[in-house]
Amino acid sequence: MRKTLLESLTHGSLTEPAPAPDEAALAELASKVDRAAQARLGRSLAIRQVDAGSCNGCELEIHALSNAFYDIERFGLRFVASPRHADVLLVTGPVTHNMRQALERTYNATPDPKWVVAVGGCALDGGIFGGSYACVGGVSEVVPVDLQIKGCPPTPTDLLKGLLALLEHVGGKG
Amino acid sequence: MDILDGIPHVHAVASHRPWPRAVVADAGWQAAIEQLTAGRLTLLGFWGEPSAVHMALLDGAAAEIAVVTYECAAGRFPSVARQHLPALRLERTIHDLFGLTPTGADDMRPWLDHHVWGKSFPLGNRNVPRGAVTYQFLPAEGEALHQVAVGPVHAGIIEPGHFRFTANGEHVVRLEQWLGYTHKGIERLMQGASLDVAAKLANRTSGDSAVAYAFAFARAVEAALDIEAPPRAIFLRALMAELERLANHFGDIGAICNDASFALMHAQTGILRERCLRAANVAFGHRLMMDVIVPGGVVQDIAPDGDMALRRLLAEIKRVFPRLIELYDNTASLQDRTVTTGIVKTEYARQFGAGGYVGRASGRNFDARRTLAYAPYDRLAFEVPVLEAGDVNARVWIRIREVEQSVALIAQILDLMSPGEIRSAVPAGRGDCEGLAVTEAFRGDVLIWLRLDQELRVQRCHLRDASWFQWPLLETAIEGNIIADFPLCNKSFNCSYSGADL
Repeated sequence: MRKTLLESLTHGSLTEPAPAPDEAALAELASKVDRAAQARLGRSLAIRQVDAGSCNGCELEIHALSNAFYDIERFGLRFVASPRHADVLLVTGPVTHNMRQALERTYNATPDPKWVVAVGGCALDGGIFGGSYACVGGVSEVVPVDLQIKGCPPTPTDLLKGLLALLEHVGGKG
Repeated sequence: MDILDGIPHVHAVASHRPWPRAVVADAGWQAAIEQLTAGRLTLLGFWGEPSAVHMALLDGAAAEIAVVTYECAAGRFPSVARQHLPALRLERTIHDLFGLTPTGADDMRPWLDHHVWGKSFPLGNRNVPRGAVTYQFLPAEGEALHQVAVGPVHAGIIEPGHFRFTANGEHVVRLEQWLGYTHKGIERLMQGASLDVAAKLANRTSGDSAVAYAFAFARAVEAALDIEAPPRAIFLRALMAELERLANHFGDIGAICNDASFALMHAQTGILRERCLRAANVAFGHRLMMDVIVPGGVVQDIAPDGDMALRRLLAEIKRVFPRLIELYDNTASLQDRTVTTGIVKTEYARQFGAGGYVGRASGRNFDARRTLAYAPYDRLAFEVPVLEAGDVNARVWIRIREVEQSVALIAQILDLMSPGEIRSAVPAGRGDCEGLAVTEAFRGDVLIWLRLDQELRVQRCHLRDASWFQWPLLETAIEGNIIADFPLCNKSFNCSYSGADL
């Protein structure tokens, strides 16, 4: 273990420079996030991830945000275990009928002010699963959505751009 | 001896490839069940159609597969689960989707159907409404017992499912899973889909196994149409499959250690996983390599700098990974959590035909890449590690050994690949035909069965994840352990929700 730790010390940082916030996402947010919320939250957001029926592809890339290359916590963004601790719900999937109630209840358990970020093509409109008897077809059909991060799945850089746009705006810079 | 020699059947279906399919009556169906319960055959798949049910049977020793079909004239078929438990969830699913009734079944509770779809039996041709009843968990009774309900929304970044623990103090006396939350109706969406759309759906059955599913789907279509992908495409497919296996095994090894509060390993394997995904992105233009494999071959060749990116990846893994193995092996606090935790008995692994590291950590010597030796694995040298202990530690070690094998396989493929075509034309107008394929995903065997019509549209497609036969074993593995060890056991299985919920 000593060898691994020592090499980590001398290795230098793997963490990469932050991407610029997504301009389109910033514009989308400008109309949706109110000023009072910005003042209250500052530059820190707690994120609760909700899989509403995804294929798990989006989750894999959301996981990657915590690795040494992206290191999401340096931006004040952190994943929390309960919706009661969260400012942001990060929702994936075409919202299956079997998950609809769980998503609603998670949303209702999240204190105000809160934002919903729909992640991936399925969360936008059901994607390739749209039209199925088993899917509602898009997160906005169930809870109000503030920001879309597109991709199948979105890359960690795409996710980071979107979340930084949210953070900038919430922090009062947007 | 062929599997069907021991099973009386009415007739064989000529257009089914590459293994035989035969229609059986009651005697044949019962004979097949008896072969399963006696352990001579393994249940490889069990799925429905509006008026028939099919079982795929594996003879592991002879490396043979056969499908038997029972035509449900009165909307009924003799229950398999009553005699052979591994069939239970699949049988409940057949009833949920098609409304076919297993006669004599002990457990008729719905599985995927949570009574919110707006219609009963969505893939069947019965217009009978199904009464909504409250889901009844199996009882566990005793003076000191209490229940803990977890999910479907969990505390981590993880797929949704419900776990009902009954515990005596800290000790779990029963765990019951209730899944189906990610049911998207994939098999219904497949019906009538073009090959392009169907391949995309197959890719998204379980995102972590996108390559394995695309690979299986392509091979099932090629079997049905009796065509082959060009040699270079076959090598590229295996290259992607091994890259996917590497990335997932790194993720899992780290995540298991993280659940034992050993974050250092998680950080280190996280770097290796990211390196794999970036190399995949350079080589194939997508981090998870979605939509590259299609029926007939692959849509794009490896990028010009892909070969170098992959060789650089292999060099880094060879440099870093041995130290991480040493770290795992020499950290007593970590081993304290993984050794003898969450044991899957070898007889259960055999009975359930558990695939992947779950089966191979419990003595089941099956890997579709070797047992069924599909191309290009028939030309590649690799070992299939098998252990007997069946605990979390054994499942970690199987992954460690498989990482080493995948590294060797990728190196071989890069050396063996020669220039050439990457896609064969798909013939039009073949007529109705059926294909079956099994590929080895990182967590175990993926089976895909399909029937194509004359316009090359999918009439019916069934996709079976390894998780179907692994999830029930997790229920047995946690018994007698403490609730706090559940995340560790669960992660060491890393079963798919989406792949099993469909």
